[in-house]
Amino acid sequence: MSKERHEALGLSDDQVLEMFKTMLLARKLDERMWLLNRAGKIPFVISCQGQEAAQVGASFALDRDKDYVAPYYRDMGVVLAFGMTATELMLSGFAKAEDPNSGGRQMPGHFGQKKNRILTGSSPVTTQVPHAVGVALAAKMEKKDFVSFVTLGEGSSNQGDFHEGLNFAGVHKLPVITMVENNKYAISVPIEKQIASKNVSDRAQGYGMPGITVDGNDPLAVYEAVKDARERAINGEGPTLIEAVSYRLTAHSSDDDDRQYRESDEVEEAKQKDSIITFAAYLKEVGILTEEVEKELNQEIGSIVNEATDYAENAPYADPEDALKYVYEE
Amino acid sequence: MPVMSYIQAVTTALKEEMKRDEKVFILGEDVGKKGGVFRATDGLYDEFGEARVLDTPLAESAIAGVGIGAAMYGMRPVAEMQFADFIMPAVNQIISEAAKIRYRSNNDWNVPITIRAPYGGGVHGALYHSQSVEAIFANQPGLKIVMPSTPYDAKGLLKAAIRDNDPVLFFEHKRAYRLLKGEVPEEDYVLPIGKADVKREGTDITVITYGLSVHFALQLLKSLPKKVSTLIFWTLELSTHLIRQQLLKLRKRLVKYYWLQKIIKKEVSLEK
Repeated sequence: MSKERHEALGLSDDQVLEMFKTMLLARKLDERMWLLNRAGKIPFVISCQGQEAAQVGASFALDRDKDYVAPYYRDMGVVLAFGMTATELMLSGFAKAEDPNSGGRQMPGHFGQKKNRILTGSSPVTTQVPHAVGVALAAKMEKKDFVSFVTLGEGSSNQGDFHEGLNFAGVHKLPVITMVENNKYAISVPIEKQIASKNVSDRAQGYGMPGITVDGNDPLAVYEAVKDARERAINGEGPTLIEAVSYRLTAHSSDDDDRQYRESDEVEEAKQKDSIITFAAYLKEVGILTEEVEKELNQEIGSIVNEATDYAENAPYADPEDALKYVYEE
Repeated sequence: MPVMSYIQAVTTALKEEMKRDEKVFILGEDVGKKGGVFRATDGLYDEFGEARVLDTPLAESAIAGVGIGAAMYGMRPVAEMQFADFIMPAVNQIISEAAKIRYRSNNDWNVPITIRAPYGGGVHGALYHSQSVEAIFANQPGLKIVMPSTPYDAKGLLKAAIRDNDPVLFFEHKRAYRLLKGEVPEEDYVLPIGKADVKREGTDITVITYGLSVHFALQLLKSLPKKVSTLIFWTLELSTHLIRQQLLKLRKRLVKYYWLQKIIKKEVSLEK
């Protein structure tokens, strides 16, 4: 990485450090959740590890005070960047009443928080794509200057809702940015058994929109792609499909054993490109992440994660009768 | 009071709601320039423009899903499924998404969408243009299902559906569109969703039905000797919970279900 890369993109030293901090916080929260799961304290984990650069790089290119996001279940980096706190994520992990995503009704990773314009998500994959297109339709109808941003895994790009949603957005030239986080696996099925085309982004051509493949381990490359896409969207030039290629560093979930279907050498090789390491190296190279800054950052994040864990662990569960609430408006 | 057909009542309700609230818009196949294959949106494209009477690609899951997204933002979409038979590709969006969004977000998000679909047979539609699909949805928490039986009900209930803060499936019997005519007030009125209409009080036999079948049941009533039996009709809205409550109140031994699909019969009879 050359020295001026972030400056050329208009990013200040503080902003790139904030990006790194958000990536690192996502990673550390995720790692803590695995520990809590293995200790029998939380029921389930579905990881962001390996995808933080794409998630945070993209989010920083959006207007985090205006834009709407429809994240998928790995997007801890996106929701942190959009204002969800570490404590709120831990409350979701422990399925406590105060969890803003669902009040403990959904598994962790099923994000949603209206005050931060994070659309609620479900478990059947890809349903969020038409929702984001609908929000973009509303933006166009109401003549508002925001965009919607939707993410999904590459496996989900085979679902009908992906194609129906993108085609709708293409036909009506809607301000929606779709980012496929290609982590090379749909649980156990490798990319070559998922998609016949070379890249997921090739599919954009069929929907009349630009399709871009970027290095998902490089937050600055993703930032640039999303920033350009946002500009086009705001200028009325329509949607963009971005494919951010990285690697899923953990098993699919806490209930999966990835040794059944992939070699450990492959995982080890991918870890060399882990953005937490490579982006830190860039920030050190350009003199932003000094030893002192790094030490402070680790301490700060360590205490955020500890405090979030303690708070969430001690927080009350929802009352059993609350399970009957809010089927309809009350 | 003007007399209008069932479909004119539908169009009138759409038009009045679009005038009343700029957030209301229509999306679906052929709803724009053509005014719908049954002409339910006739004239609305000319009056409100392309942006609010949106011709979509032929993709039902997107029609529902895009509507859901717009509704979450705060719009009031009225999505049209061209035939109830073709709602199947949108079932995941309706049942997994629209129905559950309020519940799963712990009341943070909601989906004020109305999904209209013509159902039922009797118009030479054969197998795939005649089905009554309400039973698929009737046992899904989070959805409201409305099946009006008169032009008066159609107007008042469609307005209620559009103003409702939860998703409503609004099934219109396609044979009723031009078969049924009736008085419909010109003024704005809204009928409550969740209340049934007792067409005739009685003590011996209970008939529960909805939509066009209400009229078949009323015809049957005429052919029965009045001294032998009396019928009660609950119509307007398919609310199995409500019907159950009413049955418990009545404590009648003899309850017959006509023209109710199997699943609905089961739902209704659980607490018999």
